Amino acid sequence: MATIKYTKEHEWVRVEGDIGTVGITDHAQQQLGDLVFIELPAIGKKVAQGDEAAVIESVKAASEVYAPIGGEVVEVNAALGDDPAKVNADAMGGGWFFKIRIANPKELDALLDEASYQDLVGESH
Amino acid sequence: MSAPAVTITGHRGLQHEEPLIFERDSPGMTGVDLPEPAPVNDRLGGLGRQGRIGLPGLSEPEVVRHYLRLSQKNYAIDAGMYPLGSCTMKHNPRLNEKMARLPGFAGVHPLQPVSTVQGALELIGATGHWLSVLTGMPAVAMSPAAGAHGELTGLMIIRAALEDRGDARKRVLVPESAHGTNPASAAACGYVVESIPANERGRVDLGALKAALGPDVAAFMLTNPNTCGLFESDIIEIAQAVHAAGAFFYCDGANFNAIVGRVRPADLGIDCMHINLHKTFSTPHGGGGPGSGPVVLSAALAPYAPVPYVVSDKNGFRLVESVEESDAKPFGRIKGFHGQVGMFVRALAYMMSLGSDGLRQVAEDAVLNANYLLASLKDTLSVPFEGPCMHEALFDDRFLKDTGVSTLDFAKAMIDEGFHPMTMYFPLVVHGALLMEPTETESKATLDTFIAMVRGLAERAKGGDADYFHGAPRLTPRRRLDETAAARNPILRWSPPAN
Repeated sequence: MATIKYTKEHEWVRVEGDIGTVGITDHAQQQLGDLVFIELPAIGKKVAQGDEAAVIESVKAASEVYAPIGGEVVEVNAALGDDPAKVNADAMGGGWFFKIRIANPKELDALLDEASYQDLVGESH
Repeated sequence: MSAPAVTITGHRGLQHEEPLIFERDSPGMTGVDLPEPAPVNDRLGGLGRQGRIGLPGLSEPEVVRHYLRLSQKNYAIDAGMYPLGSCTMKHNPRLNEKMARLPGFAGVHPLQPVSTVQGALELIGATGHWLSVLTGMPAVAMSPAAGAHGELTGLMIIRAALEDRGDARKRVLVPESAHGTNPASAAACGYVVESIPANERGRVDLGALKAALGPDVAAFMLTNPNTCGLFESDIIEIAQAVHAAGAFFYCDGANFNAIVGRVRPADLGIDCMHINLHKTFSTPHGGGGPGSGPVVLSAALAPYAPVPYVVSDKNGFRLVESVEESDAKPFGRIKGFHGQVGMFVRALAYMMSLGSDGLRQVAEDAVLNANYLLASLKDTLSVPFEGPCMHEALFDDRFLKDTGVSTLDFAKAMIDEGFHPMTMYFPLVVHGALLMEPTETESKATLDTFIAMVRGLAERAKGGDADYFHGAPRLTPRRRLDETAAARNPILRWSPPAN
């Protein structure tokens, strides 16, 4: 059973073994509006937890996507380059950004679980 | 709301539907009658162009009408109120334009011998002197070509000063309410940018700032008044903390219009500030003319200002053009030639015509007008931070909660009412921001019309007429644009239709 964890910056990471799949939350895509451009990290790039890992641009704003967990990028969702709308349509599924080989699973403890994340987005607006 | 009238021509009254100039092409049509060129023996070896080069053929009246019709679709400060927050869209006095068109200024060329441009050099020096006196800062770099260019210049000066003392630093701190250009300029200058949160009063969180300061911080960049339209009331303590950490205190002078003539930034402990001549000093914005962003400097930073700069001695005025001939330590050059001299003419005309008392009244009236908006709208819209405000009034979108109307929809409806919308979704520290800056040049009558319009729209939104807002604007040459399609599939170039 995969675990999903969240950041306060509205990224999610789904952990299966030592691989984490990363995306932005449904709340994030709603707030951003239609995405028009996504810059994904290079495969093989090593990131620390909290590092900038991707850049997204919507009709409203440009923002960074931070690595919810440190490690090495092993796969990216190249389809997003041609069709950023996938993130608006299915942020938690087909709109994933990249997969990362997790360097230190203990870092997951610093992230929010589903209930805490829902509290966070519930109270901000 | 009835649908816009459908006409035979597609024109709407005296507003013409105007195609691209290339679509008006009548091959062979021309506005000038030139003699046939004499035959030449070209040496292109058969590589000369065979077909048309594709310039459209039009007569002179067709060209004149084309561009006049396009200009009629434009909205400008000369056409009406333009309350774009943080942009200071004030009237550009015609006297400025008259001065800039004097032949001695309009015809001047940057490569003319210095002996023939003594007046222009004196003017650069005089404009800089006014800026020095108004800010209390001893030096000014005149060449930056825009506000963000001034930010970059200021940061490069700070970097040169730090490196000169053997203390290169890595980080620049920027409040989260800052103009986006601040972190961008710091990043372009090679610094790591760190965001400082706002407190519940919409000001910089002093505790968070102090915690983030350290021996690797090069500068703290603050806008004062900030983009919430609020004066940073802790600024003296902020300056002390920044200086205690060995960092420089950069001020974004975009909002100088609120304090010009009343507050000297030097007295607040600021080391470096750019001034947008196209905001506070009434030179044209954007498409109306080049920007200009002189940077005023404290004594500690003055030696590092870029070349060229104007000096005077008994022989008159001259330019110090290179690092080698300077007796200071300029970091180099930031722009070709000497800055936007045409803008200096306009800014100096503005400063001299208003005088120091007039400039003081500019700030007072700008703040008064913004507070009139705030006071007149605060019970209708929602106010995130307690007033009074400075030169601009910030609202958030709580008043639209559960109406189905967004800040964007609200702004689009304002266009049908004949107003340029306010700044929206900025600053980022409040949700669905509406940032209104009336400036001092709007009359009470105009403000009252604007206020009545905003109140009327807000009541309409709260009354449940969301469809009205979703359908706006209705009276513009084009309705709501598909921003998503435009960004995802931009068509950047006209192509002739396939035959």
